[in-house]
Amino acid sequence: MERPLTQHIHSESSPLNLKEYQQVGGYAGVQKALKEMTPAEITNLVKTSNLLGRGGAGFPTGVKWSLVPMDKEEPKYLVCNADEMEPGTFKDRYLLEGNPHQLIAGMIIAAYAIQAQTAYIFLRWAYKKAEAELRKAIAEAYAAGLLGKNILGTGYNLEMNVHSSAGRYICGEETALLNSLEGKRAIPRTKPPFPAISGLFGKPTVVNNVETLCWISHIVENGADWFKGLSLTETGGTKVFGISGKVKKPGLWELPLGTTIREILEVHAGGMLEGYGFRGLLPGGASTDFLIEEHLDVKMDFSTVGAVGSRMGTGTMIILDDKTCPVAFLHNVEKFFALESCGFCTPCREGLPWVVKILEAIENGNGRMEHLDILKQQTKYMGPGNTFCAHAPGAAEPLQSGLNYFHDDFVSHINNKKCPWKS
Amino acid sequence: MLSEEEKTEIQKETGQYPYPSAACIDALKIVQHHRGWVSDESVKDIAQFLHMSNEDVEGVATFYSRIYRRPVGRNVILLCDGISCMIMGYESIYEHISKKLGISFGQTTADNRYTLLPISCLGDCDHTPSMMINNDHFNQLTFEKVDEILENYK
Ligand SMILES: Cc1cc2nc3c(=O)[nH]c(=O)nc-3n(C[C@H](O)[C@H](O)[C@H](O)COP(=O)(O)O)c2cc1C
Ligand code: SF4
Repeated sequence: MERPLTQHIHSESSPLNLKEYQQVGGYAGVQKALKEMTPAEITNLVKTSNLLGRGGAGFPTGVKWSLVPMDKEEPKYLVCNADEMEPGTFKDRYLLEGNPHQLIAGMIIAAYAIQAQTAYIFLRWAYKKAEAELRKAIAEAYAAGLLGKNILGTGYNLEMNVHSSAGRYICGEETALLNSLEGKRAIPRTKPPFPAISGLFGKPTVVNNVETLCWISHIVENGADWFKGLSLTETGGTKVFGISGKVKKPGLWELPLGTTIREILEVHAGGMLEGYGFRGLLPGGASTDFLIEEHLDVKMDFSTVGAVGSRMGTGTMIILDDKTCPVAFLHNVEKFFALESCGFCTPCREGLPWVVKILEAIENGNGRMEHLDILKQQTKYMGPGNTFCAHAPGAAEPLQSGLNYFHDDFVSHINNKKCPWKS
Repeated sequence: MLSEEEKTEIQKETGQYPYPSAACIDALKIVQHHRGWVSDESVKDIAQFLHMSNEDVEGVATFYSRIYRRPVGRNVILLCDGISCMIMGYESIYEHISKKLGISFGQTTADNRYTLLPISCLGDCDHTPSMMINNDHFNQLTFEKVDEILENYK
């Protein structure tokens, strides 16, 4: 089984340096793209490959690039979203620390495809090791003429910068990220205009996730059919899946898209820890709907997880076991969303703290049955279409599904005036 | 007053962007790196240096959780309270640290040695519970491990 993204990552040793990465074929895609292909050919190739964005929303990458106006001489930007603050998500960190050159190679090609002259990597503040490795790798790439002026003698110029952030989950939302890069408060912008038309500093900008950009060089080298052949479903490629919680071997694995949840949980994560039973999981980070036992044979892909009422999101699952209280679980998650709201829209700014207060009351034995109706109503207000960005709808997802699947647990808290998991 | 060193570092960051105010967050981080936190006076100094209003810089400074607008101890402990760490029992680690140091989240020890703050998800979800002290990551925490680590931060 091919593992293109992680084949050169060995968690025990430091990442390959430029020379070592070139010896195993790294940057071949950059040579090919810049010397043999036009920007339009690259965008078309990525479109044909059906690469869907790995940041959570699954938007087709080639389509996003094709929205950038190419007929005007103006500054354009490529931004790599390496903010990764979704609770339970740790895949980009692995790719950044494990093989920074793979990302840089992908970014050079992506920037060339939209003819951007400047690229930024918006990096989560806490990722200190990733930052050090990235800065080292970028310096190597500059020294070798892969970045800077006249790259590989082709006349193409690209500057690449690392911006280490200052905290706040909302920075990961792409338009908030652009405000943050401009030195402002990270408040989402209205769309349209989309960043591809008016993004960073008001110029055309493409924002892509780390894992998405890591694919680009591989696709240029090996073609769209190869990429499609890697997955078990319609969508192309493999995916870095992960599991955290009470399982035998929590971790990350690069597997074909379309691998079942059961295989990831039982084979790769080794199943539940001795003495713990499975109750449910969030398939792709804290902002995705719960799935339960009956969904274990669902294939992990954007459309298949969507079909059963959740989202694949970031593909890193959080497992709820039978010794963890679902109400306490939701209280933790919603508290996070309440704290991280940027405060722009009412359902998010006012609704989330209310939800947190109610969940806390229920968890502490002070819940009432009408609280459940209020919670349900709040998930509607926070739902899609009522807010500027997807933060509030994301916060509603685990709550609405949790209320549904763990209804009996909520009722037992309320009727017995205490949490059954607390002695 | 910004020091010469701070000015040089901020100047260098502004070079990445088309205009100076875009380096506002970098400037706040630079000042915090040198002084531990960002005072009212520093907010004004940065505003002047980047040709921004005090209010704009203040708005940015108070938005970001990793910019400290109040003094912190010599060492900042950031304990992850995210969902994966909760499942694996960060709460008992919190109680242990809190009891040992006599401080709750948001507080600083009397000798100014440690400040304890919560942070959500350090991307260590397969090795929980985890925390950072200053710029260093620690995971798979146990009481003994925490005791040992804390000793190393004077
Ligand atoms: C609240 C919120 C937080 C987000 N955080 C991230 C993040 O940390 N990393 C990321 O790549 N995308 C994040 N996204 C998604 C981005 O807005 C955007 O869709 C993504 O970066 C696009 O990249 P892709 O097309 O390669 O997936 C977030 C979205 C929302 C609403
Ligand atoms: S949904 Fe929440 S985070 Fe998003 S813009 Fe509105 S208030 Fe801000």
